[in-house]
Amino acid sequence: MTTPNLTDAGPRGASTPVGDVVLRVRGLQKYFPIQSSFLRRTIGQVKAVENIDLDVHAGETVGLVGESGCGKSTTGRTMLRLLDPTGGSIEIDGRDVTHLSMRQMVPVRRSAQMIFQDPYSSLNPRHTIGKIISSPWEVQGVNPEGGVKKSVQELMARVGLNPEHYNRFPAEFSGGQRQRIGIARALALRPKLIVCDEPVSALDVSIQAQVLNLLEDLQNEFNLAYVFIAHDLSVVRHIADRIAVMYLGRVMEITDSDSLYRSPRHPYTKALLSAIPLPHPSMRGQRERIVLTGDLPSPSNPPSGCVFRTRCWKAQDRCATEIPPLSEVSPGTSVACHFPEPAKEPVSFTPPQA
Amino acid sequence: MTAQSTGQVAGAGTTKRAFLELDELKVSFQTEDGIVRAVDGVSFALERGRTMAIVGESGSGKSVTSQAIMGLHSRRAAKISGHAWVDGVDIVTAPEADIRALRGTQMAMIFQDPLSSLHPFYTVGKQLVEAVQAHGEVPKAEARRRAVTMLDRVGIPNAARRVDDYPHSFSGGMRQRAMIAMALINNPALLIADEPTTALDVTVQAQILELIRELQVEYNMAIVLITHDLGVVAESADDVTVMYGGRVVERGGVDEIFSRPSMPYTWGLMSSVPDMEADRGKRLEPIPGQPPSLINLPKGCVFRPRCAYAQHVPDGRCDTERPDLTPVDEGHDARCFLTLDQKRTLAVKAPGTEEVA
Ligand SMILES: Nc1ncnc2c1ncn2[C@@H]1O[C@H](COP(=O)(O)OP(=O)(O)OP(=O)(O)O)[C@@H](O)[C@H]1O
Ligand SMILES: Nc1ncnc2c1ncn2[C@@H]1O[C@H](COP(=O)(O)OP(=O)(O)OP(=O)(O)O)[C@@H](O)[C@H]1O
Ligand code: SF4
Ligand SMILES: [Mg+2]
Ligand SMILES: [Mg+2]
Repeated sequence: MTTPNLTDAGPRGASTPVGDVVLRVRGLQKYFPIQSSFLRRTIGQVKAVENIDLDVHAGETVGLVGESGCGKSTTGRTMLRLLDPTGGSIEIDGRDVTHLSMRQMVPVRRSAQMIFQDPYSSLNPRHTIGKIISSPWEVQGVNPEGGVKKSVQELMARVGLNPEHYNRFPAEFSGGQRQRIGIARALALRPKLIVCDEPVSALDVSIQAQVLNLLEDLQNEFNLAYVFIAHDLSVVRHIADRIAVMYLGRVMEITDSDSLYRSPRHPYTKALLSAIPLPHPSMRGQRERIVLTGDLPSPSNPPSGCVFRTRCWKAQDRCATEIPPLSEVSPGTSVACHFPEPAKEPVSFTPPQA
Repeated sequence: MTAQSTGQVAGAGTTKRAFLELDELKVSFQTEDGIVRAVDGVSFALERGRTMAIVGESGSGKSVTSQAIMGLHSRRAAKISGHAWVDGVDIVTAPEADIRALRGTQMAMIFQDPLSSLHPFYTVGKQLVEAVQAHGEVPKAEARRRAVTMLDRVGIPNAARRVDDYPHSFSGGMRQRAMIAMALINNPALLIADEPTTALDVTVQAQILELIRELQVEYNMAIVLITHDLGVVAESADDVTVMYGGRVVERGGVDEIFSRPSMPYTWGLMSSVPDMEADRGKRLEPIPGQPPSLINLPKGCVFRPRCAYAQHVPDGRCDTERPDLTPVDEGHDARCFLTLDQKRTLAVKAPGTEEVA
């Protein structure tokens, strides 16, 4: 494999102890067939996920960012076997689950859960909150200690819901509260890993902050690992220890959050970061913006060589012929580019003077 | 320019009105559960060439306000009072026909979801041509030429060819551009942009905001920009109106609002967003609780149930009395009982403020 050290790079740099690997993915691929409308013959493939390697450790948050359609959700769902992988392997909590049947997957789901962006559509409107949060126990045939109702109410209290609302229906809750219901349900089985797909994207900033704080508290309490998918880069920087930047189904760069923002090494990462609005009006015009021209190429017909080359200002002949492997450029940082940006050292810990 | 209206016009010779001026605008809806006071007395003024951002959480009345400016509320369903003058025409009282004439020529709107203003069954070009022809006798060939020029102007590659495509064959960013082309094809003086980039990636968002800024200069447009993204406000707005529970709780120039936010709700907004410059370990400080019900507004200050500063105000005034919008500085007002001094010393500033102070 061309990705030596993602595996060993610990969360939050070398000083933090590295937890056990709870998710290990190698060479993950997911293609969707494109079928002709007449003969239902497969006439092509949407290459939604291409050759992804990733390790996620206990207690760690790995962020997944990239433009719409780059394959973040598909990666998250395939890693949890909600979709069948086209290629590669998946290990959850030390067990190879790549080829397990859906029935064999049931016990695995105790350790790995998912929460979704849309708190509205992911909750059955005809079920009470109590029934929704306890549904994982039912599926697993688990009898929680102290009884279902008491355990659900404990979970509700833990995520900041009023336990007296046990018998209410989703429609009676606000967006932020519904997201808490989704989180309580994901927690019911005390998983080791939760894949969070845009968990705060539909929420107002103040409610978003409440939910982010809750996720952080739960992580500390239960040593949870998160794969955190979001398009809001400031949210991801805040919550993630490491970040993988995706483009057209591939990981372009993976490194710890601070390095990524301080010193993006992949040209695409650099462009992505330069597009974030600056937070204060007096900073207007202080940053050079790299405007990417053109649209995302089609994932059914990706460019040869480096998939980013059609929009990259550094592209050379070599980029069209040779796929740049994701390789380590400095400890804990891997980049898939023939011409990565030079590293910027951390300046100092005092804020820059105006 | 054409709209010399039959509606309530500011009598000639009286005080000069701003190009867009809202005066105690109120919009309420009768529902099964009671009367929803969605907009409860909003006032602001905006001149051509300038951008007013409206921020506030979901349900605070931003979209209802903008729809009232566009005259989009059905007068049967919504009860509207106060004034909304656009170039001297009061949209609240003007005849439907006058408002229709204004829409599409003097004022236009773009939305978060471009598919809501692009029809899936017609080519983009046909829709643009119709928009041109709806407001004047323009020969088809001329209208089509303008459609292509406009698509080119908003950055659609191969505009002359893509003009005959259907909306679904455009990417998200291109649809947003096509919708902007549609809104601007008749050269409006006022553009209302309701969350125009919320559904887009940062890269596309940056392109679209840049495009809107360029077109603003070119056409000298007044822009009302509704967004919940404070970064977008910091980059694009001249003035800011902060709404909470259907009313304006703070307003002022963009630098003022970010450097000296002056009431607790605005502080809450600013401390809720992760700060890209700060230490990652810093905990977010969200506003506790939920937005208020617009049917049963809390007594006293509408923000009181979520406010952590009310104990600084003597005599429990926050619980019993509604604060007015009062001046903090020239052109900067806030709706809060805290003293000027407290507003300064207790303030939580926007991310990035320290670095540039
Ligand atoms: N069930 C499916 N069948 C066919 N193509 C699919 C399917 N699901 C996803 N795709 C395609 O796979 C690619 C990746 O989609 P995915 O939803 O994973 O992207 P994403 O990064 O999550 O985007 P977003 O930020 O918009 O959620 C897209 O081109 C998408 O159209
Ligand atoms: N036609 C209507 N009938 C009844 N209530 C309505 C109607 N339209 C809007 N409302 C209510 O008015 C309030 C303000 O809504 P508005 O759409 O202006 O909020 P907003 O600030 O734009 O929020 P968001 O950020 O979610 O778009 C909400 O409580 C909404 O439910
Ligand atoms: S008036 Fe009182 S309750 Fe309202 S924002 Fe000011 S301090 Fe808070
Ligand atoms: Mg997705
Ligand atoms: Mg709205």
